[in-house]
Amino acid sequence: MKRPSRFTLGGRTYSPAASLALTAPFLLILLLAFLLPILVLLRESLFVPVPTLANYARIFEQPAYLRILLRTLRIAAEVTASALLLGYPLAWLMANRRGWRLALLLAAVLLPLWTSVLVRTYAWLVLLQRDGVINQVLSGLRLTNKPIGLLYTEGTVVMAMTHVLLPFMILPLYASLRAIPAEYGRAAQVLGASDAAAFREIILPLSLPGAASGCLMVFLLSLGFFVTPALVGGPQQKMLATLVQQQVTELLNWPFAGAIVGTLLAVVLVLVAIFNRLVRLDRFVGQS
Amino acid sequence: MSSAASIDISRLVKRFGTVTAVDAVDLEIPAGEFFALLGPSGSGKTTILMSIAGFDFPDSGSIHVGGRDVTFLPPQQRDLGMVFQRYTLFPHMSVAENVAFPLKMRGVNRADREKRAREALATVRLGELGDRRPAQLSGGQQQRVALARAIVYRPPVLLMDEPLSALDKNLREEMQLEIKHLQRDLGMTIVFVTHDQTEALTMADRVSVLDGGKLQQIGSPRALYEQPATAFVAGFIGETNFWNCTLAQPVAAGAEVTVTLDGGDEAAAIAACALPAGPARLAVRPERIRLGTAGLAGMVAEAIYAGTSTTLILRTAGPDLRVRFGPVDVLPASQTAFTWAPQDARLYPA
Repeated sequence: MKRPSRFTLGGRTYSPAASLALTAPFLLILLLAFLLPILVLLRESLFVPVPTLANYARIFEQPAYLRILLRTLRIAAEVTASALLLGYPLAWLMANRRGWRLALLLAAVLLPLWTSVLVRTYAWLVLLQRDGVINQVLSGLRLTNKPIGLLYTEGTVVMAMTHVLLPFMILPLYASLRAIPAEYGRAAQVLGASDAAAFREIILPLSLPGAASGCLMVFLLSLGFFVTPALVGGPQQKMLATLVQQQVTELLNWPFAGAIVGTLLAVVLVLVAIFNRLVRLDRFVGQS
Repeated sequence: MSSAASIDISRLVKRFGTVTAVDAVDLEIPAGEFFALLGPSGSGKTTILMSIAGFDFPDSGSIHVGGRDVTFLPPQQRDLGMVFQRYTLFPHMSVAENVAFPLKMRGVNRADREKRAREALATVRLGELGDRRPAQLSGGQQQRVALARAIVYRPPVLLMDEPLSALDKNLREEMQLEIKHLQRDLGMTIVFVTHDQTEALTMADRVSVLDGGKLQQIGSPRALYEQPATAFVAGFIGETNFWNCTLAQPVAAGAEVTVTLDGGDEAAAIAACALPAGPARLAVRPERIRLGTAGLAGMVAEAIYAGTSTTLILRTAGPDLRVRFGPVDVLPASQTAFTWAPQDARLYPA
């Protein structure tokens, strides 16, 4: 006889009906606010007014659009790399601290996360614009005689996006570093590993799952990021999300917007599939 | 044969905040000895081991290994082997890679380290499991791999931090013998931390008993059992009946004296140390109490059968005493008399 599958939480077991009831509100929102609009957009891109792939072809044929697609992928990769480089040392520090020091570091990571992205992006404008803080300091020190352009470059976009997305890298890294028992490091040392070798041979490989999920998170968020590139990058550094917004609100070209969304979605799905494969491999590494 | 090294610990003190974990401990461990640090949790045994390994630096005192002062040397420069309680096989490496790891850190080339890792795994009878992941092995197999990894570079000293405490009883006893044989074959010095007195007595040439950071006694297993130096050792090693008593006059260490027991009876005992007149504690092992027709009066309250032995609970004028019999003895009547030889009862400060 087959038992119905049951869901257990906090010592209670829920029947399939109860499980469904508990997840229903979320499923409903997911269906109405996410799945349905995406399907409508994709239908627009493929079947309106007649079945066609022209909208997709247009992205890859028009140099301007292709450039935006490639720039989006490149910026996402650059943001991911810099977030990893900046986030790893901090996550490592957090994993090795206890008490108020850890609380302080956690607050430093989480407080910005609780602040609106818009606010954090405007902070960069305050710093970098022509009469912003940095230009005032430079001219005040008589290092420059006219304001220099700091905004609207790819570097600025990467810097600001890295700042905004850094917590999404640090938190999974911290969790995976924290889960490594201190005995591993001690065993490596007593067996003759220098501190650097112990890190390279033991800690680094064991923190890779955290690094992978941090990278995936930051990369995916970067691909669809809107506010920061739009404000800090301006029209010169346009990314895909800005392009979608332009097509929808200014040009009312829903089919083409749908094609961009479809392309982005395909990229994301491929990446998630690759990531899943990597994490599955990681299961062999798991502790008994 | 690896050349074994001696360990010389002098006036070792380690404090954690206001707690003195190790309080002026002296230990001299000759090369090639199997030495056990025995004590309850919080006795300082692990702190001493961690100081030898280099994970804790002492507040004062010194540690010499093979004549070299290693007191403040980082662990990787001490060239010691170590087996931990658990969680120390690297989960992302195969068993063979784990065992070869210390050789890799010593710059041994790949072919040599694979060969030596295979040999070390064969020594612990796991020759065929080199390609597995640690998570695919049982607890006992994992500890054997940890052992192979700790001896593969032939360290002169092997430190073991309760390596068998996570294993079940049968496996533990099997591993105890295996480690002892390994030590006999390889000849290295072993410092073994345990809270299990049977384990310490079974395995070690000499045992040091610690309590509250202080050294209580160092000696062979037999000396610890037969002549415990303190009441703590008498109670911690094996089973002991304690009986409060009174001394009429001061007594020198080792002297035989008659004391007045709680309850009014008199009995003879040996003073474990010099004692003043007044209250004292008498300790006598359950198997050293003899029942008969003469002596103190007792009543058998309970008999506990345990296969190889039977334990009686004897109600006396003082505390209840445990008396141990072999399996063939005829159980005494409920009203009985008992006595002990003076050298089997030891007196300690109250």
